Amino acid sequence: MNSNHKLLEVKNLSQYFGSPSNPIKAVDEISFHIFEGETLGLVGESGSGKSTTGRSIIGLYDITGGEVIFKGKNIHQVKSKKEQKQLKREMQMIFQDPYASLNPRMTAGEIISEGFDIHGLYRNKSERQAKIISLLEAVGLNREHMTRYPHEFSGGQRQRIGIARALSLDPSFIIADEPISALDVSIQAQVVNLLKELQEERNLTYLFIAHDLSMVKYISDRIAVMYRGKIVELGDADEIYHHPIHPYTKSLLSAVPLPDPILERKRKRIPYVHEETPDTAKMHEPLPNHFVYGTDEQVNKWVHQAQL
Amino acid sequence: MKKPLLEVKNLKINFKTYAGLVQAVRGVDFTLYEGETLAIVGESGSGKSVTSNAIMKLIPQPPGIYADGHILFEGKDLIPLSDKEMSKIRGNEIAMIFQDPMTALNPTIRVGKQIMEVILKHKKVSKHEAQERAIELLRQVGIPMPEKRFNQFPHEFSGGMRQRVVIAIALAADPKLLIADEPTTALDVTIQAQILELLKELQKKRKTSIIFITHDLGVVANVADRVAVMYAGQIVEYGTVNDIFYNPKHPYTWGLLGSMPDLNNKSDEKLYAIPGSPPDLTNPPIGDAFAPRNKYALAIDFEKEPPMFKVSDTHYAKTWLLHEYAPKIDVPEPIVRRMERYKKEAELGE
Repeated sequence: MNSNHKLLEVKNLSQYFGSPSNPIKAVDEISFHIFEGETLGLVGESGSGKSTTGRSIIGLYDITGGEVIFKGKNIHQVKSKKEQKQLKREMQMIFQDPYASLNPRMTAGEIISEGFDIHGLYRNKSERQAKIISLLEAVGLNREHMTRYPHEFSGGQRQRIGIARALSLDPSFIIADEPISALDVSIQAQVVNLLKELQEERNLTYLFIAHDLSMVKYISDRIAVMYRGKIVELGDADEIYHHPIHPYTKSLLSAVPLPDPILERKRKRIPYVHEETPDTAKMHEPLPNHFVYGTDEQVNKWVHQAQL
Repeated sequence: MKKPLLEVKNLKINFKTYAGLVQAVRGVDFTLYEGETLAIVGESGSGKSVTSNAIMKLIPQPPGIYADGHILFEGKDLIPLSDKEMSKIRGNEIAMIFQDPMTALNPTIRVGKQIMEVILKHKKVSKHEAQERAIELLRQVGIPMPEKRFNQFPHEFSGGMRQRVVIAIALAADPKLLIADEPTTALDVTIQAQILELLKELQKKRKTSIIFITHDLGVVANVADRVAVMYAGQIVEYGTVNDIFYNPKHPYTWGLLGSMPDLNNKSDEKLYAIPGSPPDLTNPPIGDAFAPRNKYALAIDFEKEPPMFKVSDTHYAKTWLLHEYAPKIDVPEPIVRRMERYKKEAELGE
């Protein structure tokens, strides 16, 4: 499904907030890449910097340091309006809250087609209609929904409108920031199935940000675990899930409740005791394509503990 | 035989709205025994929170209407009680933990005082004694340095610690029944795990009965002895936690369980999603409310509401599929896997 072509490369990305003398390091020198056509899951607790990472990549913040390279271009150095516009067509976002992310005064059709005006697309009325309808149908809605307002839709349907809007400019890369956490369980599955289908049909690449590990494992090819602004572990989804190395990942995995009472009764929670990592820490690759952040000694110790 | 602490019988709650009468709870029956945890699961709008608020008599009237039914707490019906009578029970014999620890605490009052308030209202103790009890409670819910924390304000606590304070307040008068309405939904998973552990530990010590309202089946698997699944204002299936997770009978329960990925889900396999969305309860559908979303629906589902069918002594489900004349159907794949897993575990001897 995924090629070896890197669609997005993030190098030493930092995003600080607050005063320069005493910054809050929301994202602290993280590096990763996403291959074309794959889904990278980004997990972590609230405050770990996962949403900030997504928002920095798409250019909602002025980044403090580092580079974001998309299709070979450093997106924070693109100066010409035309190129910026082109980049924005390629990269879209789906937000968490399907209530707050849709303008209540616009119809679903207007919301979906807003990008067309900005980019001067589909100026022909019937062409535009046809495109809106095809987008609505792609996300499981129909043409009658075009003239309705957000309040007339349920949460799941609203999220579908959000997805249709993200698809409207035929992007290649979508950042989905907790796209299902505000939805009910039965609706979550619908939306996840939809995202997967769309990915296959349109060869989309996803950065899927979430805190629900079981869903992330299901949808992602690879997973990056964030803690206090750092990516502490990164690897194939199965590998991270079944053979975690970093103690934080282990703790996080042990805390996720599973819908299986027998397993739940047997499970042991692993508390996490934070170990300060000095500045000499870096990303190690103890196993092929499985990265862990720490000092040499720490990583050696953790690998030993994980009995790999 | 265990003693029932709470019996809810044919509870019906309506709300008057501009759009019409919303039938939020449409005939709910269940029994809660001493010392057990009953989880009520369902989606938003299924009536699970309305049911629990009704037990506390927290439904504002108007617009709410207790249309029918009884809520027997230790044999006494709570519905006819006046506000004054109810305030002796609320916080004292029945206490509640809310979802959002941010809004459940008064930001302008020191946490110690908020706990003491409950003790002083319901117990005949001196201020000094109440203070000692409050500090002890903070210690019991796992707050380090309780003497110091006693004098702090809610904003000085993290989310998880704040929820511990909320639990301390709920337990302050030593209630017999604790209603926890999504108590961990606003918390991170690692904190959630701690709070669930704490609740289980406290329950063991105090023999409190707990009604646990949640939409998270993982949490249910962790805490519940018995489970009631709600849909469109009704309980559609109830049983022990093993009945519900390893031998579910209602297609809605199948949908809920199937829509969560389990460890054996291959990523190229689609999740078993329930199509559509829940019905509008101003005008509940005729027959089985779940029928329009149910791919196993029979013709009768659209005409007549199914009764509760008995599966076993502990297990009941409200679906025509359990009728003796119902056709045999293929249970969805993820559910079959669950049943098989359980059989294997049972053979190994749990």
